[in-house]
Amino acid sequence: MSLADKDRIFTNVYGYQPWNLAAAQARGDWDNTKDLIARGRDAIIQEMKDSGLRGRGGAGFPTGMKWSFMPKEPPKDAAGNPKPSFLVINADESEPGSCKDREIIRHDPHKLIEGALVAGFAMNARAAYIYIRGEYIREAETLFAAVQEAYDAGLLGKNAAGSGYDYDVFVHRGAGAYICGEETAMIESLEGKKGQPRLKPPFPAGAGLYGCPTTVNNVESIAVAPTILRRGASWFSSFGAENNRGTKLFQISGHVNRPCVVEEAMSIPFSELIEKHCGGIRGGKDNLLAVIPGGSSVPLVPAAQIWDAPMDFDGLKAVGSGLGTAAVIVMDKSTDIVRAISRISYFYKHESCGQCTPCREGTGWMWRVMERLRTGEAHVEEIDMLQQVTKQVEGHTICALGDAAAWPIQGLIKHFRPEIERRIEERLGGLREAAE
Amino acid sequence: MAERSIEPDTPELRARWGQFAWTQGWADKAKAAIARYPEGRQRSAVMALLDYAQRQVGEETNTQGWLPIPVIEFVARELSMPVIRVLEVATFYTMFNLVPVGRYHVQVCGTTPCMLRGSDDIIATCEKRGMHHGHTTKDGLWTFTEVECMGNCASAPMVQINDDNYEDLTPERMDAILDALARGEQPKTGTQEPGRHTVEPAGALSTLTAMVDENHDYRGEWA
Repeated sequence: MSLADKDRIFTNVYGYQPWNLAAAQARGDWDNTKDLIARGRDAIIQEMKDSGLRGRGGAGFPTGMKWSFMPKEPPKDAAGNPKPSFLVINADESEPGSCKDREIIRHDPHKLIEGALVAGFAMNARAAYIYIRGEYIREAETLFAAVQEAYDAGLLGKNAAGSGYDYDVFVHRGAGAYICGEETAMIESLEGKKGQPRLKPPFPAGAGLYGCPTTVNNVESIAVAPTILRRGASWFSSFGAENNRGTKLFQISGHVNRPCVVEEAMSIPFSELIEKHCGGIRGGKDNLLAVIPGGSSVPLVPAAQIWDAPMDFDGLKAVGSGLGTAAVIVMDKSTDIVRAISRISYFYKHESCGQCTPCREGTGWMWRVMERLRTGEAHVEEIDMLQQVTKQVEGHTICALGDAAAWPIQGLIKHFRPEIERRIEERLGGLREAAE
Repeated sequence: MAERSIEPDTPELRARWGQFAWTQGWADKAKAAIARYPEGRQRSAVMALLDYAQRQVGEETNTQGWLPIPVIEFVARELSMPVIRVLEVATFYTMFNLVPVGRYHVQVCGTTPCMLRGSDDIIATCEKRGMHHGHTTKDGLWTFTEVECMGNCASAPMVQINDDNYEDLTPERMDAILDALARGEQPKTGTQEPGRHTVEPAGALSTLTAMVDENHDYRGEWA
């Protein structure tokens, strides 16, 4: 059974209706937010835990549990004054394939802003910073305007929404660096520095923005919170398989007949997602080659294994990949699969922040080898060498960008090694013919 | 890492930009940006101020704008930051132009989701018009860059030209957009697919049909 429209959270995801406060309120946003807050911190966090919501930014960490890590009593600074806490909302959507937070921000921004207040209250934060990627220029204009509307209506600022709680929401624009989507790089960037990830520990909940307790959450995780609180944990957890609850914005790009963004129940089979919303695979089911189911950093899955797989954290892990941000990149049989992955390798080379040697040097090295594999100008032994190098990058860097650069290549070698070998053989065959 | 280098610091550059200061509009915006951060944390506004400075330079040169060294020094003074810290930020983030650019900065996404939908042809369309990666055309109209994923994957391929996105491109649609801009017109932004609104399944809306014609409130249907 598929998700009914009444159970979709982002009802204006396509922007048929205005994003503004009056229209958002008519759809149910900011409806007695004061009452949600009056339930108290522990009750809100418990409801979020019970809902089974796992972070929508890719890692899938339980959101309610993350909020509970924030200190109940604020730590003191050197002068003995309590430090403020911050909520940082990650709107630096830059993972190739991902394009959901953009739709929330430009078409349903008040869901995010109301969520920022409720979540910030639950973790006793002084303010939220929404870090939106620099390239989302028009989207940031909408977000700035929506925040201003909320201030003008008394929903933010002193005594926000009549709750008795003082709370600010600020918008911070990035300027074109994928790595700032990593939570500690985002904090560095918010502090006015290059976005280079920090070593953990200390974790942000202990020492984050300006050295204060900080939680970083994805846009979608925050924006669904008010609806979960209104409709109850049991409503949200009635969708999706055990451990993979709720609804989710899927983004389907590539070789389907109708690429789109759509909210569906978690655990929907890949085939149903594609057939129902995307008009099927271009050229029909038999024309499907492979799918990258969760954004560029997860390994690809060949057609036969993805077709019936449930689109959730566990279902995609079982086929050697991951849900990531639910950015589904579909590739049909016309795809030059080696080039498709090599282009991703180029992306990671371009976006490496340069801090850790394995990533700074490794991403460029891996891309150059990938390009030779693409054209067949390589030796068969180099496939294993490349595999080894990906293993030397993976797990040896401060942040997960090194892993993200390694996994797509590992997925390619695992599933398409014969194709890589064929190209090398073909070129060698050509050379032999030329020599004869 | 992205390959980037700054425009050389020359007496001519100093003569042109050494006296850079905010116009009133940008001064107000800069003040508001600094106010978004706690007391003593004004450095957090460095990205905002660099963006504003680049835009003011753009207004003065009728281009997208860029950041000459004296302008970077100005931003450092505004925030009481060492110049090198501001320069680090300016060189790290790719949206800051470190060399002069043209009237329109044509940024075609070439990452895999766009590549699968035909960004090669969009890039070729630009190249046919004399654009090539990292360069500005002789007439000063176009600067062309192949960029990394812009987050418009469900309406790929796409281009960002200055502040606007154009999505669901074909070579013909791309030509039409560039022609319009060259004539000084503002083409329709967003998707170029006839009949498509934003990122819904084009021509076959599969969900939320009640939203098309009215601001439907689904709460009455909640169990």
